[in-house]
Amino acid sequence: MGPTRTLQLARRLITAPTVGPFIALVLTMVFFSLKTDRFFQAQNFSLVLQQVMIVGVLAIGQTLVILTAGIDLSVGTVMALGQVIMTKLAVANGVPVVPALLLGVLTCVGFGVLHGGLVTGVRLPPFIITLGTLNIAFALTHIISNDLTFTGLPKLELFWGRTFSISGTDFTYGVVLMLVLYALAWYGLNQTAWGRHVYATGDNREAARLTGINTNRVLLSVYTLAGLTYGIAAWLLIGRTQVGDPNAGQTTENLDSITAVVLGGTSLFGGRGTVIGTLIGALIVGVFRNGLTLIGVSVIYQYLVTGILVILAVSVDQFLHRRNG
Amino acid sequence: MSSPEPMSSPEPILEARGLVKKYGQVVALNGADFEIYPGEILAIIGDNGAGKSTLIKALSGALQPDEGEISLGGERINFRSPRDAQRAGIETVYQDLAVAPALDIASNVFLGRETRRRGPLGSLLRLLDKRGMRREARRQFEELGIGVQSIGEAVGNLSGGQRQGVAVARAAAWARRLVIMDEPTAALGVKETGQVIDLIKRVRERGLPVILISHDMPHVFELADRIHIMRLGRRVAVVTPKTHTMPEAVAIMTGATPSELDNVLAKKGSPE
Ligand SMILES: Nc1ncnc2c1ncn2[C@@H]1O[C@H](COP(=O)(O)OP(=O)(O)OP(=O)(O)O)[C@@H](O)[C@H]1O
Ligand SMILES: [Mg+2]
Repeated sequence: MGPTRTLQLARRLITAPTVGPFIALVLTMVFFSLKTDRFFQAQNFSLVLQQVMIVGVLAIGQTLVILTAGIDLSVGTVMALGQVIMTKLAVANGVPVVPALLLGVLTCVGFGVLHGGLVTGVRLPPFIITLGTLNIAFALTHIISNDLTFTGLPKLELFWGRTFSISGTDFTYGVVLMLVLYALAWYGLNQTAWGRHVYATGDNREAARLTGINTNRVLLSVYTLAGLTYGIAAWLLIGRTQVGDPNAGQTTENLDSITAVVLGGTSLFGGRGTVIGTLIGALIVGVFRNGLTLIGVSVIYQYLVTGILVILAVSVDQFLHRRNG
Repeated sequence: MSSPEPMSSPEPILEARGLVKKYGQVVALNGADFEIYPGEILAIIGDNGAGKSTLIKALSGALQPDEGEISLGGERINFRSPRDAQRAGIETVYQDLAVAPALDIASNVFLGRETRRRGPLGSLLRLLDKRGMRREARRQFEELGIGVQSIGEAVGNLSGGQRQGVAVARAAAWARRLVIMDEPTAALGVKETGQVIDLIKRVRERGLPVILISHDMPHVFELADRIHIMRLGRRVAVVTPKTHTMPEAVAIMTGATPSELDNVLAKKGSPE
């Protein structure tokens, strides 16, 4: 409509929480494009997406949890457990593939329900709960797998690693699934009452309860859905690695998922953040890893850089939180 | 008890007997009684820590008393959450304002009672009717005479007074039986205080009773039909602006020496 409308829109765009992360992503990409010719290529972008896929899906669950002012340290190990259950049941126990996959996903959902139950029922801090389940899931992964790697997996378990081609560039179905999951999470958070209750609960649990929101149910739903995303990530992980590996996906994934959420502008204090920001955050992590590898920087330095990035992002968060009270 | 009661309807709409609430060693409520009658503004006064907020939290389902009973329209009730009280038509503005700063004004007004789009978009996809809620929120604000710049503004960006306006408006908009306000003008300037007071009057004109907690004696005496005085977790007296002066009410509230209190009460006659 009028110029005020345009101005309002312009203001919205500038102050939108995803703008900062987006600029950071663009700058990172410009940097690596200048450093090496091998970066800015369709095939390389496709590779980045594949590398981002697992952490990207885990980070959806992590975003939900962090939006409620919680944190989940167990994401990677719960996913690893789900993956071992899916593959072991199918290969070693002769369970048909669909029930094997379902049981793997259900295990991860079960961990989510457990987290939610402890957060709401016993009112323990999520940090401690998930530190505990991190260890439990880690132990179970190795006990159940007997430290064996499972190969010769049924086709359906490998599905998300299959590729299709768009004008000569290969993409995996897993990447598509990740994008669909982001769209679903965006919809839930922005277009439904549930999403508003998640934000309100994260911002101030007691205030949300006083306005008549069933905060326990909100928290339980958040942790359960988070568990579901870890289960889906487990299936994606099999597609990516083509095996059931008890050592795949552990603490790196935990930290990377948190890094993605924080880089994406979601506040660790809860109540503020977006899932689109998280996708951008996951891409930043992926681009950094990919770019540093391309220019021949050793993996250890990648950890160094992501560590510094996280602390920077958290500092910005802290600063904004102080300013806004 | 010989507290003054409105002649018209002797049945209290909400009533409590012997409420007790302890926090460890602290006894926040120590056998408090309470009643409010249809259509009246009941002020609750008392010193800091007298138990006013604890009392209304028990009445609004925000906490469960350890002992005592509450009845609504003559029936025993047991609110297990603020939601239960809301379903019964009781809306509350809490002292530590319950708003969601990240959400806009309309979303705050509809928080916990969002409306969805009609048809399958709403029933299947659970899509919010954002435009409808904004329209309705704007209508309610106009009806209550509250001016807001933009219904789409995040509540976190509003001033303290405006935030309070949103909380009060939400309560006034949804209440069907009773509005409870815990120090709704505490953080407000003169102009905003005036607006909230007008709002309280307008709520009464709608026929809804109001419980108003306030430390502001002139406003209490201007607005209230009856004044419930709390001290050390109990109701010590109920007075009216007609029968008592402000200094007398304050004397009862602060527990002036027993003899002084007796004098005051003997003259006016409304001890418990
Ligand atoms: N959640 C709680 N935990 C521990 N003690 C509490 C809690 N809530 C209230 N109290 C105590 O109970 C007593 C009554 O508190 P309450 O908030 O009801 O007082 P009030 O009359 O509303 O005071 P004010 O005028 O300052 O708002 C106080 O001594 C307070 O410290
Ligand atoms: Mg109080």
